[in-house]
Amino acid sequence: MSTTEATPGNKYTVIGTRPIRHDGVDKVTGRAKYGGDIRLTGMLYGVMLRSPHAHANIKSIDYSAALKLPGVHAVAVCDDFPDAENKIAELGEGAVNLQHLRHNTLAGPKVLYRGHAVAAVAADTINIAEEACKLIKVDYEVLKPVLTAPEAMKPDAPLLHSNVFTNSLGEETKTLSNVAKHFRFETGDLAAGFKAAKVIVEREFNTATVHQGYIEPHNGTAMWNSDGNVTVWCSTQGSFTARQQVAELCHIPVGKVKVIPMEIGGGFGGKVSVYLEPVAAILSRKTGRPVKIIMNRADCFEGTGPTPGSYIRVKMGADANGKITAAEAYMAYEAGAYPGSPIGAGAMCVFACYDIPNGKVDGFDVCVNKPRTNAYRAPGATNAAMATETVIDEICEKLKICPMEFRLKNGVKEGSRRVDGPVYPRIGMIESLEAIQNSDHWKTPLTGKNRGRGIASGFWFNCGLKSAATATVNFDGSVALVEGSTDIGGSRTGIAMQFAETLGISVDQIIPTVGDTDSVGYTDVTGGSRVTFATGWAAYEAARDIARQMTQRAADLWEVPADQVKYENGGVSGPDGKRLSFKDLVLAISKHGEPIVGRGSADPQCPGGAFATHCVDVEVDPDTGKVTILRYTASQDVGTAIHPAYVEGQIQGGAVQGIGWGLNEEYFYDQSGVMRNSTFLDYRMPTCLDLPMIEAIIVEVPNPGHPYGVRGVGEVPIVPPPAALANAIYNAIGVRMTQLPMSPPRVLHEILAKAK
Amino acid sequence: MAKKRIVSTTINGTQRDFLCEPRQTLLEVLRDTLDMTGTKEGCSNGNCGACTVQLNGRPVVSCLVLAVEVDGATVETIEGVACNGTLHPLQDAFLNNAALQCGICTPGFIMQSKSLLAENPNPSEHDIRFYLAGNLCRCTGYDKIVRAVQDAAGKMSSCCEAKV
Repeated sequence: MSTTEATPGNKYTVIGTRPIRHDGVDKVTGRAKYGGDIRLTGMLYGVMLRSPHAHANIKSIDYSAALKLPGVHAVAVCDDFPDAENKIAELGEGAVNLQHLRHNTLAGPKVLYRGHAVAAVAADTINIAEEACKLIKVDYEVLKPVLTAPEAMKPDAPLLHSNVFTNSLGEETKTLSNVAKHFRFETGDLAAGFKAAKVIVEREFNTATVHQGYIEPHNGTAMWNSDGNVTVWCSTQGSFTARQQVAELCHIPVGKVKVIPMEIGGGFGGKVSVYLEPVAAILSRKTGRPVKIIMNRADCFEGTGPTPGSYIRVKMGADANGKITAAEAYMAYEAGAYPGSPIGAGAMCVFACYDIPNGKVDGFDVCVNKPRTNAYRAPGATNAAMATETVIDEICEKLKICPMEFRLKNGVKEGSRRVDGPVYPRIGMIESLEAIQNSDHWKTPLTGKNRGRGIASGFWFNCGLKSAATATVNFDGSVALVEGSTDIGGSRTGIAMQFAETLGISVDQIIPTVGDTDSVGYTDVTGGSRVTFATGWAAYEAARDIARQMTQRAADLWEVPADQVKYENGGVSGPDGKRLSFKDLVLAISKHGEPIVGRGSADPQCPGGAFATHCVDVEVDPDTGKVTILRYTASQDVGTAIHPAYVEGQIQGGAVQGIGWGLNEEYFYDQSGVMRNSTFLDYRMPTCLDLPMIEAIIVEVPNPGHPYGVRGVGEVPIVPPPAALANAIYNAIGVRMTQLPMSPPRVLHEILAKAK
Repeated sequence: MAKKRIVSTTINGTQRDFLCEPRQTLLEVLRDTLDMTGTKEGCSNGNCGACTVQLNGRPVVSCLVLAVEVDGATVETIEGVACNGTLHPLQDAFLNNAALQCGICTPGFIMQSKSLLAENPNPSEHDIRFYLAGNLCRCTGYDKIVRAVQDAAGKMSSCCEAKV
């Protein structure tokens, strides 16, 4: 493993360098084992039968013919799960109602979206299981679907649930409705604020449902042993969260479930909830054999949790000096089939980048006949930024103020208060703007017909949550580090680097492993931009624990009091110039005394918010509406970049997902609620030919809430791109886009409408 | 169920014979029959490129090739790219340039890039983006992948012994 040079001015020895990841060779040679790669003796294959309708009552399910097909071993339906309690299970980043989870896993009395799982078959081969699914007779009473939040909020809209009542401003009502929740944040005096404004802009926006688009399909393999212990192999963002969901759905204690996390091929929030694991467990219980289920790509689109489409209205006022006086938002997010859209986060993020003296935000969580939505990288924030950041662009145009100057003037700083209440600690919104302002991109004028430049900023909270790590010192001076965060992008190396930094040893000496749920302490999901921050902290604590033990052992060895020995600079120092390096001390003490095992755990409370500003140049084809990206620069406050190459990768990858969301990606539904583009050919994610290089500017404003100043990095880069693109399109051709995606037909439509 | 066929082929330089149903794809046989799981399944309908292998020297998505079609053919997969434990320059370049995050698309990208460099040892950035446009990566935004291929091309063309 080679280590490249540290960033100039870096005060650390390991942090800030770019070592090759510990799992790298396995991943470039095809040796790494992902969830789909598991093979067990006697394994059966499961296939799910899914609803062809977007909304229907299930009158009956007859699977007798399927069971008779040779090679079929079992069929599972919803009733095979014990009755779920109407209670909320906390899943770390988000929570789930267990009844809803049960009915989402295998449909109860109703199917609520096309692709909703209805039954599952376990058979000797996938082909037999697929044939058997065709023999299951489901008698549906088809109902009218409702597909968008504004439609679903109408009083005469078809109702999805007979037990969802609107929680309105904190009060439970008796109103049966698709609106599960309406809440409000307020600050200051809104009317006075708008009165003080010189310019007021109010616009409404519609954004489409989009998918995380991880390349690895969902998978789950389970073995329900005759002793009642269940082992699950899967690709998940949280092995402990998967364990909890399986245990809750199957009504068994968590101690009876062991989740072995396989390598995971992307998640972005979509692999937090379980879909297949509990079904595989039930089928295994019925057959006494391990059962493996893998989704096909259409199932991934239709049967998992995309992120919501939304309707947003933003009104903002600013005075003649370009200071925001008031801002108001009305936001309705599609929850999909069951309550729980990320509207809460969206509503907290909508004005989070700016100092808003007078503000009001109304949020609505609305059920529609689409898959139950799930987290997707800064869930809820991207939709919101599209609205706020384009309204700001229009205000700047009206006031003839540079959008950069406006943002610098109104951007939040330490001590600023968000509309929903919290006061910011030290943050880097202004620094992220200045990084763009000082960039070669911003300083280079853009010329040419139909070309334009746009900027936009974005915010994401980041989170802390629980993490654990243990470390065992080997007799050769290497250290085996076991941590609980499933690794989607090189995090085990980022964590090992913080561990190595703390002990002052080389990261090459660390052997990091992602443990299963029986091998490491409870660790929350790989999500919320929390892993490098919180699991890194747990590793830091484990390293300090080892340093303490090493200090004591050196004192014993030297026969001096422990308080005269210090762990520093990768070794121990004692009185009279006594000194042993980490490795030499390990060699000296390995023959006698107990092994050295360090433990660390963390539940840090101050993740430090993340801010990003993106700048994009586009060229719009006036004949087709196609938007070509000419240049893209993204700046972001990352606190401290542990592994700068991986930080850049997060920024670049997030920006490109945001570009896809902005320009092309959408669930395209027909009137019956059937998704018509559930393939990677038609659900058009960016390819490398669609893009230029993405310049990532790392801004480091250390987070005071972390021993190494780390802030979460992964999520916020998806937030600014759609708005930055919309602003660039306006700058290029003078049309304001208010719908996502800004695909060629939509842009062309606006071009033609303007020409009339 | 249709009768199984015997297929004789050469995979990564080794003669391999296997039984398969006529409807089985090369991807299914590689992964499920031969236990060569380095070739990844992303979509099974030819849209993502994760299952790219070389068939008689040409890159193909193995999910769209029937296993019976490889009778008498030569197949190269990701498992055959490193030689006697030494990584191929492309594999080194993907590691050195941090060109992978989750890694599920990586085998496909390496196979496709290997074909590119065999056809065109000095590709421009556009050549690379054009040739790799059938391979989807959702993590990296492609920037570091393109740089890795540029890096590997530079190293391979400066070293006459490097095997393409």
